[in-house]
Amino acid sequence: MTEYETHDYDVIVIGAGGAGLRAAIEAKDRGLRTALICKSLLGKAHTVMAEGGVAAAMGNVYAEDSWQVHFRDTMRGGKMLNNWRMAQLHAMESPDRVQELEAWGALFDRTTDGRILQRDFGGHRYARLAHVGDRTGLELIRTLQQRAVAMDIDVFMECKILRLLSDADGVVSGAVGYWRATGEMVVFSARSTVIATGGAGKSWKYTSNSWECTGDGHAMSLWAGADLIDMECVQFHPTGMVWPLSVRGILVTEGVRGDGGVLRNSEGKRFMFEYVADMFRAETAESEEEADRWYEDHSAGRRPPELLPRDEVARAINTEVKSGRGTPHGGVFLDIASRRSAEVIRRRLPSMYHQFMELAGVDITHEPMEVGPTCHYIMGGVRVDAETAAATVPGLFVAGEAAGGMHGSNRLGGNSLSDLLVFGRRAGIGASDFATGRSGQVVPNQAEIDRTVDEALAPFTRDEGENPYQVHHDLQDTMQTLVGIIRTQSELDEALEKLDELTSRASRVAVGGGRSYNPGWNLATDLPAMLTVSRCVTLGARDRRESRGGHTREDFPNADPEFGKVNLVQRQPSGGGMDEEIKIGPEPIPEMPDELKALFEETH
Amino acid sequence: MADDVTMRVWRGDADGGDFAEFTLPAQEGEVVLDVIHRIQATEAGDLACRWNCKAGKCGSCSAEINGRPRLMCMTRMDQLPEGPVTVAPMRTFPIIRDLVTDVSFNFEVAKSVPAFAPPPRPEEGYRMAQIDIERGQEFRKCIECFMCQDVCHVIRDHEDNKPQYAGPRFFIRYAELEMHPLDTNDRRELLRQQGGLGMCNITKCCTEVCPEHIKITDNAIIPMKERVVDATYDPVAWLGRKILRRKKATPQQAVTHGA
Ligand SMILES: Cc1cc2nc3c(=O)[nH]c(=O)nc-3n(C[C@H](O)[C@H](O)[C@H](O)COP(=O)(O)OP(=O)(O)OC[C@H]3O[C@@H](n4cnc5c(N)ncnc54)[C@H](O)[C@@H]3O)c2cc1C
Ligand code: SF4
Ligand code: SF4
Ligand code: FES
Repeated sequence: MTEYETHDYDVIVIGAGGAGLRAAIEAKDRGLRTALICKSLLGKAHTVMAEGGVAAAMGNVYAEDSWQVHFRDTMRGGKMLNNWRMAQLHAMESPDRVQELEAWGALFDRTTDGRILQRDFGGHRYARLAHVGDRTGLELIRTLQQRAVAMDIDVFMECKILRLLSDADGVVSGAVGYWRATGEMVVFSARSTVIATGGAGKSWKYTSNSWECTGDGHAMSLWAGADLIDMECVQFHPTGMVWPLSVRGILVTEGVRGDGGVLRNSEGKRFMFEYVADMFRAETAESEEEADRWYEDHSAGRRPPELLPRDEVARAINTEVKSGRGTPHGGVFLDIASRRSAEVIRRRLPSMYHQFMELAGVDITHEPMEVGPTCHYIMGGVRVDAETAAATVPGLFVAGEAAGGMHGSNRLGGNSLSDLLVFGRRAGIGASDFATGRSGQVVPNQAEIDRTVDEALAPFTRDEGENPYQVHHDLQDTMQTLVGIIRTQSELDEALEKLDELTSRASRVAVGGGRSYNPGWNLATDLPAMLTVSRCVTLGARDRRESRGGHTREDFPNADPEFGKVNLVQRQPSGGGMDEEIKIGPEPIPEMPDELKALFEETH
Repeated sequence: MADDVTMRVWRGDADGGDFAEFTLPAQEGEVVLDVIHRIQATEAGDLACRWNCKAGKCGSCSAEINGRPRLMCMTRMDQLPEGPVTVAPMRTFPIIRDLVTDVSFNFEVAKSVPAFAPPPRPEEGYRMAQIDIERGQEFRKCIECFMCQDVCHVIRDHEDNKPQYAGPRFFIRYAELEMHPLDTNDRRELLRQQGGLGMCNITKCCTEVCPEHIKITDNAIIPMKERVVDATYDPVAWLGRKILRRKKATPQQAVTHGA
């Protein structure tokens, strides 16, 4: 029997990005004994990387903006697959959530009359993103972190959670994991558990995501019996760096285009004008002149096509490169140098300037950047109740990128940071209420603890076996080539076979060294979640026989209205963990009330 | 034919250790962190290092490269002098393993800085002029890589100074709050006594290593030293200068103000 330490709380929050921090602040504020747990140091979560801004219809730049317009933009961006109620709550509450950050010390860029400045982004009708240059995520996470510290929330840093635990009645009752510094096991019992573990991009080869984005929360929820929805909907951001190879995938913020940057192919042509889908034609500029007028004044022209939703732009770039009009390193050109002064570029996009200067030796005030699609965000996630963020198993609440529904099949830029705040808070409230209402002793299942610990330590007991780094590398290759931006039946079938193989290899990994801060072992314990999530994405992609938002099928290139009415739901009905087969099937999406439907008719 | 690179990486734990040498084929455009990752994937799966973003944004991957604190993810191999590249953990903090140090000192100091305390938020939100927040925004660029803390000689070679020294990272935090147009707390006495601002003798080493190019000494430490002197010797002059812009609480009031 392995020894472990135990902790007991009312609410544990797994994940300390924007969503987890906001949830923990809310629970603590309500007087609950709250713990915040994260795989990295506090303040290093993926949220720190967000650049462009946080979307909120405050109307500081365009007074015409309102939650109704934001709601409509979000739903259309998501190709109407969104959970309408989440999109509505998000649009209504995000202005308050952003302003609240100021009371906690955030310093957003200002308008001339001293209010929060807002910038343009793809798919948003008005300039709507509150920002701090191009380091908005840093501002957001530091503000929340400092708030959490001021509230004296207990933080467990560099503590990796492996599995959720349930009690005899199947109520989620805590979690088991290990300290990375020592490799010692730790068990939390809790009246409510919040998952805010972020995304899953690390299963692809070219990604903007950090090492932490291994989909742990998605997988742990599934293993605990919760429903996942729309896992096939993965966002490939149109502009990642493509060169040098070692930095391929690192994000180039959409703010570059919001601030005037344009996309050109190797012939120097602004190709996006050729790729305007019917749905967006009425509001998109027809000529370069018209598009350029828009930057000065949004009533003087329509939006440039470079600012179409991300799925549209990513597919267009993909097509240009495949048609032989790409750059030497297989991307397209993103040009801001010829359009804005060096001074403006350096002031508005300081981190982009440094990123290219230091990593690629490219001065973006003089030369265009080379960019191409990179795996960025997963819209699919744990199915939650819009009001409380409750998952479909009792005791579990999920917020942020780990939750599904809010963004439909494609997320608009800036809508994630606001999502973290709105639903982080709601998950905090939901978890607090549940914890307060739960009676009796919380007793996590001992057999689950023992099995998890044994499985986690197994790689040390094998003298010979697979190298976890190699398995990960091969998984990334598989997902990149077979379940990437454009998908097709035969490749998805092949991917499922490969995933079987990889899963069996992962069960044979062996690691050297000890338990103290051992990255090889840590990676070995990330593999089960990565494999589970990769399988869910592939299954969803196979069964959604249409193209919609972040999911594009070469063999079904059009959106199918029937598929537009359903979520693809995946679950392991008996909560059996890794070994149980995943069931997948369509279920109707919640229907929008008539007064909201009317918002879509008015504009056509 | 591809050239080789040779890395001398410190390996060990709290009980001691030594440099281990690894030779790998060079690859175009790589940063130090890429090479460390290749070593992990091939020769030493358990080689410990911290990283997250690999884009200079999270401040996780600090190490001493050829003796100088740098972010591993932003240091290109082809910009280092020829010959073996030495990678060691930050020296000011206790070693956990290999390149990973125990930086909890910094998280403890963070807890001791009294929180931001604004007046209640007006219905339509706070108003602040861009020009009044620019200095604060400079300080808030900090990615908490703790390399300024690592290089500061007050604690680098004097473990015993740590309990009464906040260090440059937190001098800018105090300065940010002090210069915030809405803040109502007065933390200057605290900064002098508990933060040990007086121990800093303005060597500017911190400014030199800051990957965010924050002018720690010129824009934070020196102005704060002046303000602390004001607080100690001439509260009236300080108040006179401030009162034009806002009201600050006294240290006694600071405790009860806006939690
Ligand atoms: C480069 C980049 C730029 C972006 N820019 C924007 C933008 O401008 N606007 C916008 O709205 N969105 C943006 N996004 C998207 C947005 O940043 C993310 O979707 C969002 O930050 C996710 O937040 P989160 O709180 O859900 O999770 P994260 O911030 O990813 O945090 C996850 C947390 O969970 C912890 N964790 C994970 N697994 C475990 C485990 N097993 N045990 C313990 N802890 C665990 C991690 O340690 C971490 O603390 C950007 C993303 C990237 C990559
Ligand atoms: S200037 Fe002061 S804080 Fe900075 S390194 Fe020198 S002594 Fe330390
Ligand atoms: S001030 Fe600069 S050197 Fe110091 S922790 Fe912050 S970013 Fe790092
Ligand atoms: S890994 Fe984030 S700064 Fe280097």
